[in-house]
Amino acid sequence: MSSAQPELRIRRASKLERSLKRIWSLPSLLWGCILLAILIAVALLAPIISPYHPSEQNMAAILQPPSSEHWLGTDQLGRDLFARLIYAARTDLKIMALAEIVPFCVGVFLGMVAGYYGKWADALITLATDTFIAFPFYLIVIIVAFVSGAGEKGIYITFMLVGWIVYARVVRGLSASLRKQEWIAAARTLGLPNIKIILRHLLPNVLPQAVVVLMTDMAVLLVAIVTLGYLGIGIAPPTPDWGTMISEGQPFISTKWWLSAAPGFAVVYAGIALSLIGDGLADLWRRK
Amino acid sequence: MTDAALRIDNVTVSYGPFVALDRVSLDLEPHKTLGLVGESGSGKSTLARVVAGLIPPDEGRVLLGAEELGKRRTREQHKRIQLVFQNPDASLNPRHTIRRILGEALLFHKIVDRSKVADRCKELLARVRIDETALDRYPHEFSGGQRQRIAIARAIAVEPSILIADEPTSALDVSVQASVLELLNELKSELRLTMLFISHDLGVIHAISDTVAVMRKGRVVEISPKEIFFARPETSYGYELLSAVPKMPLIPTK
Repeated sequence: MSSAQPELRIRRASKLERSLKRIWSLPSLLWGCILLAILIAVALLAPIISPYHPSEQNMAAILQPPSSEHWLGTDQLGRDLFARLIYAARTDLKIMALAEIVPFCVGVFLGMVAGYYGKWADALITLATDTFIAFPFYLIVIIVAFVSGAGEKGIYITFMLVGWIVYARVVRGLSASLRKQEWIAAARTLGLPNIKIILRHLLPNVLPQAVVVLMTDMAVLLVAIVTLGYLGIGIAPPTPDWGTMISEGQPFISTKWWLSAAPGFAVVYAGIALSLIGDGLADLWRRK
Repeated sequence: MTDAALRIDNVTVSYGPFVALDRVSLDLEPHKTLGLVGESGSGKSTLARVVAGLIPPDEGRVLLGAEELGKRRTREQHKRIQLVFQNPDASLNPRHTIRRILGEALLFHKIVDRSKVADRCKELLARVRIDETALDRYPHEFSGGQRQRIAIARAIAVEPSILIADEPTSALDVSVQASVLELLNELKSELRLTMLFISHDLGVIHAISDTVAVMRKGRVVEISPKEIFFARPETSYGYELLSAVPKMPLIPTK
């Protein structure tokens, strides 16, 4: 009788060792994490890094070019641009992360329900997603932002309404194919109630994919926050925000181009970091 | 006739216009193995799923002892009938460790206290001859034969009285088929299980069954004791099946 198999005795690298090795073999994930870590560190340490307060005005020194005193110069109210840039990272990243929580959970759950049960649950959820998809994203965002009032609250409400759709669609498709797997049938043979099958068995199998979508969607959301700020229906001044900074710099774009370019670069930087992480995670889980 | 451990009574299942099971009746005698043969598409797997409660029958009923099994089974009824699937690559959740797979079955049916789960998991693995270092590993780290043993361990973990094995060896390498069959036979007598064993392989059926039932196009066409079926089948279809198999009793009985 074949008892313990020989390969069982090979020493297994510790979990940490293996994950480190994996991350090293995935440059996109590695770089994405490094870029994002730098960004988060700068945002968190903003008061330490910058000697200036972001809304401290100095009318005697407006629209200064970059210098050793003001690394990125000053804006039209004499505020230090670098201070505003890193404090804006705090605002925008915080809102981005918070605004994703509810849509992510709701979308993943509804997607699993639709895919697992099929039939009317699926029909209902698919109808809802298709209806929302038919509208241009920014149209909904702008309408809801106007109705619910500008500012942070408006962004949260808007995203709760439309943000779950992207997760629901991805997770629904995945769940519908996983539902036919025998391990689901095995769980049903045990007698597990459907909700337990969804949460214990389906969830860990759809989560990796959902997290990959989360990364790309955060980049999309960040751009949406910045766009609303730029249009003047997002975060209200004087709270620093990359979108408002871009629009405030616009009148001076031909002479003081860095006023708009610096926050623009920050958005691109954050977007690249998130996309790299998303791609890296997708590779990581595809290899497994 | 003795009381059946499980009685399938006039069960019909159709998928749209296709009739998968056509008024199927079968009795499983307690502590015996009923071997169900038939070509693919004959309805064998559908029958297994009806008995396991995965597919509700359109007509007819399934009786566990004297109890009729309704559309929604109780936890106890689920516990008493367990199923070993054909494909061990797909029957274990890829993101659960072996400890979690076995532990979930044990805890859900309150077979042991939480504090004793680890010990019971080790016992179960020993019983199916898997090293206990397997506990914290994932299904993909095992071979097909090992995975099937783990699936068998999960099925017996809840102490069922009826075990359905739906082509449990057909996805396995020939070299490990015999040992899995031997394991099932051994568990059946040690745990006094009643077994419904489904296969299209007559050699396998010969090795494990007490009684043989033949299905064709959704119907049971013959039910005979094993010795009779393999010596002189009652139906011409049974004879046809037998004569189509050149390698018949290669696997020794018990």
